[in-house]
Amino acid sequence: MKYTVNEKGYYGEFGGAWIPEMMYTNIDELKRRYLEIINAYDFKAEFNQLLKDYVGRPSPLYFAKRLSEHYGSKIFLKREDLNHTGSHKLNNTVGQILLAQKLGKTRIIAETGAGQHGVATATVCALKGLKCVVYMGALDVSRQAPNVKKMKMLGAEVVPVHSGNKTLKDATNEAMRDWISNPVDTHYIIGSVVGPHPYPDMVARFQSIISAEIKSQLLEQTGSELPTRVLACVGGGSNAAGAFYHFLDDEQVELIGVEAAGKGVDTPETAATLTVGSPGILHAAKTMLMQNEDGQITEPYSISAGLDYPGIGPLHAHLFKTGRAKYLAATDTEVLKAALLLTQLEGIIPALESAHALAALEKIKMKPEDINVINLSGSGNKDMETYLEYFGY
Amino acid sequence: MKNRINQLFETKKENILSVYFTAGFPNLNDTVEIIQQLEKNGVDLIEIGMPFSDPTADGPTIQRSSETALKNGMNLKLLFEQLKNIRETVKIPLILMGYINPVYQFGVEKFCKKCAETDIDGLILPDLPLDEFEAFYQPIFEKYNLHNILLITPQTDENRIRQIDNASSGFIYMVSSSSTTGSGKKVEDFQREYFERIQSMNLKNPRLIGFGISDRATFENACKYASGAIVGSAFVKALENKTSVREFVKSIV
Repeated sequence: MKYTVNEKGYYGEFGGAWIPEMMYTNIDELKRRYLEIINAYDFKAEFNQLLKDYVGRPSPLYFAKRLSEHYGSKIFLKREDLNHTGSHKLNNTVGQILLAQKLGKTRIIAETGAGQHGVATATVCALKGLKCVVYMGALDVSRQAPNVKKMKMLGAEVVPVHSGNKTLKDATNEAMRDWISNPVDTHYIIGSVVGPHPYPDMVARFQSIISAEIKSQLLEQTGSELPTRVLACVGGGSNAAGAFYHFLDDEQVELIGVEAAGKGVDTPETAATLTVGSPGILHAAKTMLMQNEDGQITEPYSISAGLDYPGIGPLHAHLFKTGRAKYLAATDTEVLKAALLLTQLEGIIPALESAHALAALEKIKMKPEDINVINLSGSGNKDMETYLEYFGY
Repeated sequence: MKNRINQLFETKKENILSVYFTAGFPNLNDTVEIIQQLEKNGVDLIEIGMPFSDPTADGPTIQRSSETALKNGMNLKLLFEQLKNIRETVKIPLILMGYINPVYQFGVEKFCKKCAETDIDGLILPDLPLDEFEAFYQPIFEKYNLHNILLITPQTDENRIRQIDNASSGFIYMVSSSSTTGSGKKVEDFQREYFERIQSMNLKNPRLIGFGISDRATFENACKYASGAIVGSAFVKALENKTSVREFVKSIV
């Protein structure tokens, strides 16, 4: 268990809870109670039942035959895009809404980038009849319009955030401000493995169902539960954390995270935090950040709203630092190409985020007998406008 | 030399007025002039804001001023340069307030050393909570005779308040909150109960009340329950509206 969080909330040098005192009572309560709550029998029973009957798990592990032939290596897709609401995000929100109820909270807040986490949060709030407020950067509100409408139809209030770059980072700032002003009745459902301890660990645990299923599905389909490598895209890093989780101690399994290079890691328009970033403290965690020499956070850029974030979960910063996982970066152009390839070879339109993991197939050496698992974290439905505009259909 | 914060609280027991402003706002080089004006008009303590790109514990006014200050080119190196000779004219305690990341990038030890050379008396870093402070930085702060000012809120429980009181050496920043969510009480009643509860705890450190102090009435009310109060957003707003420092201070005390 070299890669799990310690009792102070650190993964190696990264993590912690750098919270203003106004958040202390809530974070302290979470820190003291989350393990006891999520490990309790009745919690697990309800969580697993919802994952099965509501989310639609297990999600298939699909052997992509034509894609495998194209690359000359065996490629499996973990179909998180087939979950209810179209991404892996619902695994975490189902867990957190049950936790919020145990904590006696009646109002839920969330931040969202692409809108996938916002929709997943609005969905579980509708399911449980809790009030829901989603903060979303004003730029993302306009580039992810269908998800905004879905959230509203689900009964959530969507608050556009006009500060900064008007994207995910700014939405997170505003959600934290909301929690500071509403410390009693509100639970903040963070959508990724970011933020103060215990969020990175808690969200990773809720998403770890992905790698648990990969193991048993691989065993059934190939006779071995261990693949050669696992690939996943990384913004904050929740789908990657879930896909890596049960392989962390199987050191022979290669773990590859793929960040958004945007227009290139040598341009200012990038979101590849591990490539261009340095250690710092943002959103209450010590982690790798995109920042200038004065410690001001620089604005990220990616074609994919879900990866448009200047930080990364502290677990990934630690896996990067220790070399346990390798992190690559894919540009917008490479990503669009990879998305089209999957669409036309397999009949699956991936989310722009997930297409980053697919784009990495061009960058790694694979042997014919290798087993590669790609976490297809989300569906491309929300990105149709971008695809249509780029490909000119 | 004795820390000026302790001197202030020993000599003045009530109606202490502390004022916050963001360095580099409205103009890059206003810092020294604003500090001098505040002292001249009777302010007891000044909190100099170090702007940060992501001030998660601040409302819209201070967010706006931080953004402008950064656009104007403010950074820590420049701030220390501006404050280099401040003690030739200004005698009241000065505190730097901001977020941990710029300080972390500057280098915490180097930053504290600079503060000592500039005769800064204390620091308020809201996202440096007690636990991380004790784990990493306490010896450095002490070496340079800098008080770390810690916050308490209406939700802070008694044990934690005692812990914060024990770890504090200058004063305690009492966050007053307009939020009564869940209590079912009126704002005034909720606040009064909180203020009275803390007052009756007989803490070792003096207290200043901040957040929501914007005029004479809110200042005077806060002063009934603490050694004084802190004005932040209201002053930044006054600077935005080009109200003179004199006129603003007169509207409070």
